[in-house]
Amino acid sequence: MKVSVVVFPGSNCDSDCFNVMKDVMKCDTQFVWHKDHDLKKPDLVILPGGFSYGDYLRCGAIARFSPVMREVVQFANNGGTVIGICNGFQILLEAGLLPGAMLANRSLKFICKHVWLRTENTKSKFTNRLKPAQVLNIPIAHGEGNYTADPDTIKRLRDENRIVFRYSSESGEIADKFNPNGAVENIAGILNEKGNVLGMMPHPERASEDILGSHDGRGIWESLLESAGK
Amino acid sequence: MSVTMTEEKTRKEPAVIPELLKAHGITPEEYDRIKKILGREPNFTEVGIFSVMWSEHCSYKNSKALLKTFPKEGKAVMVKAGEENAGCVDIGDNYAVVFKMESHNHPSAIEPFQGAATGLGGILRDIFTMGARPIFNLDIGIPTVGGEIYFDSSYEGNPLVNVMSVGLLKHEELAKGAAKGLGNPVYYVGADTGRDGLGGAAFASKELTEESHEDRPAVQVGDPFKEKLLLEACLEVIKSGAVVGIQDMGAAGLTCSTCETASRAGTGIKIDLNKLPQRETGMIPYEMMLSESQERMLIIAQKGKEKIVEDIFEKWDLHAVKLGEVTDGHLMRVYQGDKLIAEIPAKALADEGPIYIREEKEPAYLKETRAFNINSIPDLSSLQGRKGARFTNLAPNTTVTCNDVLLQLLDVPSIASKAWIYEQYDHMVRTDTVFLPGRHDAAVVRIKGTKRALAAASDCNGLYCYLDPYEGAKIAVAESARNVVCAGGEPLGITDCLNFGNPMKPEVYWTFHQAISGISDACRALGVPVTGGNVSFYNESPAGAIYPTPTIGVVGILEDVSMATPSNFQKEGDVIYLLGETFNELGGSQYLLEIHAKRAGITPRLDLKKEVALQKALLKANKERVMSSAHDLSDGGLAVAAAEACLGEPGKFIGAEISSLGVIREKDVRIDAALFGECQSRVLVSLSKENAPKFEKILAEFSVPFTQVGTVGGNRLQIADKINVAVMDIEKAYRNAIPRRMEKVIA
Repeated sequence: MKVSVVVFPGSNCDSDCFNVMKDVMKCDTQFVWHKDHDLKKPDLVILPGGFSYGDYLRCGAIARFSPVMREVVQFANNGGTVIGICNGFQILLEAGLLPGAMLANRSLKFICKHVWLRTENTKSKFTNRLKPAQVLNIPIAHGEGNYTADPDTIKRLRDENRIVFRYSSESGEIADKFNPNGAVENIAGILNEKGNVLGMMPHPERASEDILGSHDGRGIWESLLESAGK
Repeated sequence: MSVTMTEEKTRKEPAVIPELLKAHGITPEEYDRIKKILGREPNFTEVGIFSVMWSEHCSYKNSKALLKTFPKEGKAVMVKAGEENAGCVDIGDNYAVVFKMESHNHPSAIEPFQGAATGLGGILRDIFTMGARPIFNLDIGIPTVGGEIYFDSSYEGNPLVNVMSVGLLKHEELAKGAAKGLGNPVYYVGADTGRDGLGGAAFASKELTEESHEDRPAVQVGDPFKEKLLLEACLEVIKSGAVVGIQDMGAAGLTCSTCETASRAGTGIKIDLNKLPQRETGMIPYEMMLSESQERMLIIAQKGKEKIVEDIFEKWDLHAVKLGEVTDGHLMRVYQGDKLIAEIPAKALADEGPIYIREEKEPAYLKETRAFNINSIPDLSSLQGRKGARFTNLAPNTTVTCNDVLLQLLDVPSIASKAWIYEQYDHMVRTDTVFLPGRHDAAVVRIKGTKRALAAASDCNGLYCYLDPYEGAKIAVAESARNVVCAGGEPLGITDCLNFGNPMKPEVYWTFHQAISGISDACRALGVPVTGGNVSFYNESPAGAIYPTPTIGVVGILEDVSMATPSNFQKEGDVIYLLGETFNELGGSQYLLEIHAKRAGITPRLDLKKEVALQKALLKANKERVMSSAHDLSDGGLAVAAAEACLGEPGKFIGAEISSLGVIREKDVRIDAALFGECQSRVLVSLSKENAPKFEKILAEFSVPFTQVGTVGGNRLQIADKINVAVMDIEKAYRNAIPRRMEKVIA
C-alpha cells in the first residue's frame, strides 16, 4: 500500500503517522507538502493531526484552502481512500468531504488521554479487520472534538451505518459519562457516503505499538491493508 | 519603563542624565565603567543596550561568582554550562541531548497565559538553536511528559513558572551560536519586530510591586504556530549545512543575539536597522534593539549559501532578511542606513559585565523554625479532636486515625494527582512517550531507531529550602536523580532554575549561597555535572519573598527501553521491600504543614554516601531487571508512597499488605514519623519472589539497609496495624483533590 501523509504548516502528527505507516506497517510512505499539487499516486491519503495554520480561526478552516486540498478533494471524489485524524478530521469537515462541524469540548479545555471506542461498523474498508462492537483503547488530544450536525444529518449517518466509532466504556457501554468532549451521540468517527473517507478524533497512530500502551489502532491500518489488497 | 516614549514618529531621544540611568538600573559605578569601555559618553540607544546586557537577567552579575562553583565536567558532556545556549550531553549511538530549564516568573505573575506561553517559546528556541529537536514539551507538537507542581501560599502574587525542555540530535547536527567567518551574512529570521517585551530583561530584574501591572507591555505575546514554523525551518536550515552560527532572540532580543554570537567567535558584527522587519511604525533604534518580540532568530550563514537559507525560510513562509555581516575586529556596530547608531565592543556587553558578591546574613526566622520541638505535637495514636487546622470540621474529641491522615494528605494538591493539569497538554505527540505523566517517578521517552530511552524528572521542595536552603537544595538534586534512577535511567546531567528573592537583601543572598553549595555537593557526590540553567532573582511580591526555590531537572539514559521500571505495583503476589532507614524526622513535612499547620522544624538530613549507594544498587537491580516496580518516598512518606504505588491508570488498582515499617533507627520511633515522615534515601520496591535472593544480594553489595515489608495483592492498603483503607478510597481522594478545587464538581 502506498501512503501519502499531507504536511500542513502546523501539522504535528505528520511524522507520527509517517513512522507508523513506514516502520510499523511497512508501507511505502511519503510526505506531501501542502503547497504541492501532486499527491504522488497513493492508495491512502492521511490528513494528520496538529494545528494547521495555528487554527486561530475555526480549526481546519484555513487548511482547506491549501493548494494540496484541491487534489485531496478530487482524489476522494474519484473514490480514493482518505483518513483524517483529529485536525485532519476537522479539515475534512471544512472541506465538505464529511458532514457536520466541531464545537469546543464541553469542558472548554484541551483533553489528552486514553479513551475507549466502540466499533459500530465493521464493513468499511477502515474497519473490516475489527470485530463487531470491538472496543479499542486509543488516545485523544484535542480542544475541539465536540462533533455536531443537524438532526437529519445525524439520522442519515445512523441509518446509513456511517458512524464508525463511538466513545464508550471499557466494556463497550455507550453513555454520556464516557463521552469526553460532548460529541453528539458519542460520535468519535464518521464515514462519507461512499465509504472511502473516514474522519476520527482519536489518534490510532498513537496506539499502534505495545510500548506506547496500546496497539488497538493497528486494526484500522490492517483493515486498510486488507482492502487495498497489497 | 518610564523612559520609553509613546508618541509616534518625531520623537527626540532623551538626554543621558542620572535619572535616565537610574530608570535603567545602571549604578554610577557601572556608568563609569561604561564610559571607560567606550572612551566616551554613551548615547541613549547605547544606554539601553548596556542596561539590558548588564541586567541580572542577561549578565548574572549577582550570581555568576557562585555559579562558577558548580561541577561542570563529565565524561559525556559535549557542551559545558555557559558555553552555548544550553548544555549538551552524549547519550551514545551517535545521539546527544540538549536540555535546559528556564523561568518565566515575572511575566507569568502579571499576565499568566502569555507569560507562561512565551516562557515555553524561549526555552524551545534555546534547544532548537543547537540543532536539536525538542522531544519533551507542549502544544507545538512536542509532548509535555512530566513536571513538578507545588502549591504554597509563599508563591501567591509571584508564581514560579519553570520550563524544562529536552532536545535530541545527532552529533553532527550540533549547531553553535558563534558569528564566525569574516564577511559571512547575518540573517534575521522569523516574526516581525514590535514593541512588545520592551525592556523585558530589565523588568525581570526587579521586584514585583502593586504597580507592576503597569509594566504589562514588558510581557511578550507568543504565537505558537509561528514558533512551530520557526522550529521546523531552523532544523531544516541547520541540516542543510548553510549555517555557521545560530542564536535565538530571547531576552534583550537583537542586542543579545548579535553581541553574544560575536563575542563567542571573537569577531565583530554590524547590522542595519533599516532592513529590520517591523510590525509597528515609528520605532526608534532603542526600541528595535531592546524589543523582545517572540519567534525570532539570528542566523550567521556561509557566504555563497544565502539562497539555501532564503529558500528554506520562504518554504515555511517566514522572513529571512540579510541584516548585516560578520566583521573584523571586536565591535558590535548598529547602523540605520549610513548612520552609525551604536558602537560597543561585543565582549564588553556579553562577557565583561560587572560581577558582584553581595553581603550575606542568615535570616532571623531560622532560629525560630529550628527551635521547634516535635514533642510539642502529640503522636498519632493519641491525636484527638480539633488538633490540626485541616481537621477543624471534626467534632471535639473525635479520634483522628492514621487512615484519616493518609486520606487528608492524598487530598493535598501538591501530593495529589495532577491529571487535571497534564490532561490539558498533549503528552503523547511524537509517539515516544513510554511512561505517561503522573504515574511514574520519571518520564521515559524512547529514541526511535535505537534501543535507548531517556528518563527525566524535576523536583524542588520549597518548604525544605525555606527551613534549610543547603539541605533543601541537596535533597532537590538527590530526589530528582533518585526519581530518574527508580525509572531505570542513569543520570547524565542536571539543569537548575534558581528562583530567589532580591539578592541585595543579605538574607536572600545567604539562602542563595547555601542552595548553590547544596547543589554542588550533591552533584559532586552523585558524579553528575550541572550542564546549564537559569537564575531568577527578585521573586518578591508585596507579601515578601518566595521560598528559596532551586528547581532541579535531571536527565538520564536507559541503554535499553525495556529497563524502564514503573513506580506502581504490578503483580499480585510480588513481595515489597523498603530500602533505607527511618528516623524521627518530621520537620518540613507535609504532615506537619497540612495536619498541624506548622512550617517548622529541621528538614530531613540527606547522607550523600547512603544516597549514592542506594542509587548504585537500584541501577544494578534495574540492569539485571530484578524489580517489578520502584517508587521513591517523598512528600507524605511511606504511607503516601505505598498508596500511590497501589494506583495504576484510572480505575485500575491493586492493594498491598505491609506488615513492617522497615529499618527504624530510633529507640522510640513515633508512629507519625514512621508513616508520614519524609526521611531521605528511601525507596519502595516490588518484585517477584524468585528475584528476591538476587535483589538482596545486590543490596548487600552496596550496603543498602532494607526490609522485606509485605506483599502486593487484594484491594486494600494495610500498613502494620495502623492503616487499613480501601484502595478505591485512596484513588478517590488522590484523583479528586485538584478537580474539586478547580471545578467545584466531584467526578
